[in-house]
Amino acid sequence: MAVHSLEFERPIIELEQKIEELKAFNLGGFANVADEIENLEAKKEKLIKDVFKNINNWQITQLSRHPLRPYTLDYIGLMTENFIELHGDRLFMDDKAVVGGFCFIKGDGGKLNGGQKVLIIGHQKGRNTKDKMCRNFGMPNPEGYRKAQRLFKLAEKYFIPIVTLIDTPGAYPGLGAEERGQSEAIARTIYTLLNIKVPVLSIVIGEGGSGGALAFGTGNLVLMMEYSVYSVISPEGCASILYKDVSKTEDAANSLKLTARELSESNVIDGIIPEPLGGAHRNAPLAAEALRRAIIKNLEELKKYSGETLRDERIKKFRNIAK
Amino acid sequence: MLLFKTKGKKKEQGKLNIPEGLWIKCPSCSEIIYKKELERNLEVCPKCDYHFRLKADRRIEVIFDEGSFQKLFEDIIALDLLNFSDTKKYKDRLKEDNEKTGLSDAVVSGEGKIYGIRVASSIFDFNFMGGSMGRVVGEKIAKTFEYAISNKLPVIIFSSSGGARMQEGIYSLMQMAKTVALVSEFNKMGIPYISVLTDPTTGGVSASFATLGDIIIAEPRALIGFAGPRVIEKTIHQSLPEGFQRSEYLLEHGMIDMIAERKDLKDILKNLLILIRQ
Ligand SMILES: [Zn+2]
Repeated sequence: MAVHSLEFERPIIELEQKIEELKAFNLGGFANVADEIENLEAKKEKLIKDVFKNINNWQITQLSRHPLRPYTLDYIGLMTENFIELHGDRLFMDDKAVVGGFCFIKGDGGKLNGGQKVLIIGHQKGRNTKDKMCRNFGMPNPEGYRKAQRLFKLAEKYFIPIVTLIDTPGAYPGLGAEERGQSEAIARTIYTLLNIKVPVLSIVIGEGGSGGALAFGTGNLVLMMEYSVYSVISPEGCASILYKDVSKTEDAANSLKLTARELSESNVIDGIIPEPLGGAHRNAPLAAEALRRAIIKNLEELKKYSGETLRDERIKKFRNIAK
Repeated sequence: MLLFKTKGKKKEQGKLNIPEGLWIKCPSCSEIIYKKELERNLEVCPKCDYHFRLKADRRIEVIFDEGSFQKLFEDIIALDLLNFSDTKKYKDRLKEDNEKTGLSDAVVSGEGKIYGIRVASSIFDFNFMGGSMGRVVGEKIAKTFEYAISNKLPVIIFSSSGGARMQEGIYSLMQMAKTVALVSEFNKMGIPYISVLTDPTTGGVSASFATLGDIIIAEPRALIGFAGPRVIEKTIHQSLPEGFQRSEYLLEHGMIDMIAERKDLKDILKNLLILIRQ
């Protein structure tokens, strides 16, 4: 756990370790130790609240990329049933940086009964080194986008709502990616998703990095998890290109106004999904439950409209941004 | 989404003393060219065929019938929505580039005629903040399509851009969705949208409307791609093959319909407009 913590989380982690030690020591169940544990738990909660009250944009950016943060498949595992992953773009290969498939979103109380059928498409990052390589660090090649286009059209064919989960540093800047038309793949994905005649809900769950994120970002409603970010460029990239000084990353994160709160205040996004105290990685099931509720609630609303209306409204929404 | 500040390899300045203003050195073959001759040759090097970048107004002269181009939507001007400041204030950068180029932003839009055929068009100017796409560029592209829809005109867009304008943050990113939304609305009309890619077309512009043309034409040796070559080199830790991300490479890989020499471009556009008009 300690290896996977951010600097500003350290006091919290240290306190947590102390509590764990006490718990291990207190297998006998001594009352005074139990009191001490309870005391420390309260202290921990207050500490997390204090740390997170004054959290800055750069810290939020780090949280959005936290190595323990739930990824697309984690959320799928926690909030869906019968997920059937579908592979391949039918043109060149299966891009593992993008996962997609049909499933039921669980109903209230974890019941399948009343569950909502959806197509989920999301960027997928890897957890360990091997997995990270396999997922290309969540950076899709053109085939990931073309797989998504194929599945969007399938969902339209069966009139099944689409949920996109966004979590990528960006589309992969590689030789093969360019050779096989990364630009066209992204442009065509935006085009396809804008025109799909079913409800589309786009949710940034982690990193919303540039055009590679926007390709999945043209939903009828766009939501962000509380500690996710969405930006035209990473703070590091912005610092190095515009500030010509990599040490200006924090300033860049502030200037870019990339947090859920800022983007919600300026009406670029439609809502924020609250995360558990201390961030989604501290309680993945709770984060998944918040995500599940948001999906069910917002799809209920979108399902009231015809496919044509949903398409037209989506086009209008993005036409009118910062008009 | 990177902005490209300079292009080509800068060779050592020779011993020749070049009088300012009359002569220009070709960045590709280093030939010293008489400016008047370069102009007569539509800013293409007579020795090596290097296509110099064109200012928007010069592009209009080269492509549209004399005096036929009417600028539109000139009242849309940049807003500093994020109150952005890096080494310089965004407001100051806008002012500087406005003074430098005489343009209000990186794209000029309007209606013009090609051999008498009416066309709605947007023309990028790389000299204004690297042709980057922020709110003004996105709006003007969108309005070009809307104007074309109301007047049933074909659209031709001449791109030259480093991508999204970072100083406008998320708003610049959203212009990708905005412009693509309008391409899709325009596509209901059954009228051609021709995308002309000129040096360079990258990032948020290449990954939105520019690669969605019914017909995609590129000028010779233009840099066209999603990521900038330096970013790719840094990512994959290997040097890139000769001609990578140039027009000829894209043609070879099936990404564009054709490459057109600047001197032929107007005629090709005319022929296409006649052929694929309903
Ligand atoms: Zn030359």
